[in-house]
Amino acid sequence: MISKWEDLIIETLCRFLIPFMQTYSLYVLVHGHSSPGGGFQGGCIMAACFILLVIAYDLNEAKKRFKEKINVIFCSLGVFIYAGTGWACLLLGGNFLDYGKLSLILPTDPIKARYYGMASIETGVEITVMAIMVSIFWDLVTGGKHEEALEEENARADCK
Amino acid sequence: MIGKIVSILIAIFAASALLIGVKDFPKWADPNQPASLHVSPRYIEKTVEETAVPNMVTSVLADYRGYDTMFETSVIFTAGIAVMMFLRRPHK
Amino acid sequence: MLEQIVSRYNYWIYIILILIGFYGMMAKNNLLKKLIGMNIFQWALILYYVSIGAKKGGTVPILSEEAGSPFEHLKAIQCVNPLPHVLMLTAIVVGVATTGIALALLIIIYRRYGTLEEDEIIEELRR
Repeated sequence: MISKWEDLIIETLCRFLIPFMQTYSLYVLVHGHSSPGGGFQGGCIMAACFILLVIAYDLNEAKKRFKEKINVIFCSLGVFIYAGTGWACLLLGGNFLDYGKLSLILPTDPIKARYYGMASIETGVEITVMAIMVSIFWDLVTGGKHEEALEEENARADCK
Repeated sequence: MIGKIVSILIAIFAASALLIGVKDFPKWADPNQPASLHVSPRYIEKTVEETAVPNMVTSVLADYRGYDTMFETSVIFTAGIAVMMFLRRPHK
Repeated sequence: MLEQIVSRYNYWIYIILILIGFYGMMAKNNLLKKLIGMNIFQWALILYYVSIGAKKGGTVPILSEEAGSPFEHLKAIQCVNPLPHVLMLTAIVVGVATTGIALALLIIIYRRYGTLEEDEIIEELRR
């Protein structure tokens, strides 16, 4: 059960910090090619932003900002982007996940096309990792009963 | 009580079996150990020439071993689906 | 004998952590403590594997794109081995997935039996 504990300092800090954390996660994703980082690390930081929303506010506020239907779509969208890049390389005449053949669509030479292929698969990995971490957290925290937790919070808010 | 004594004896026995094998390992941070002599010099030297990415860890993860990363992404996806299957039940 | 231990002390430390995790998995009665023991075992194994790739005087395995910086052209002997880091990234993600599913199973067991102690659950099953 999630109870609402109103604390002005935590709420204000979270409203201030979450946009910066999301920007940092995208920075870590894109700079995975020339500094430590990549898809998994950026995905965990992005998931931490949404988990912070649940901890500071309650589940109602978090679900208003990040709906569950979009979460479920993001779960499979990431794997689709990853495998889709591999399929595109296959259709353009190379092996599966052979990013050199992407130079037929992109305006670069075959060696630089591997750079862009890697960037697209890291994006897919980040989207999947973020969606799954948030989904596992919601399931474990409410014990699977999302509707009852939301009703209980509404009832508690009405009592006050 | 007797379960704890038996289990600590088994754990010490297993750890000592591993520690006897440590005698044959190369020294820590040895530059000429066999783990860094066969495949990894090729990955280190040819990473910018074959894939235009200066980070060796990303180029090995996403280009030279791209299949493993794809199946790892599907492993984390399957774990999320499994947790959804266990815990979410339809309402009456 | 002492020189042999000191020159390979990273293997000794991680094997002792494996021992602690293994003892926790076997000897504790509470299911959640067994799960924490499994987690300690897993992380000790990942650290053990990453420590194989160290090199004396080695530097970060990232080349630099600016001209004239000391990281521009690195020979193979100066870089830390990047392969164990890559393989253990996959292992970390698999560990997180396993822990998540194990926690979901623990919630179901608690709802069904009302307790998380192992001997009480076995007694309940025998009836």
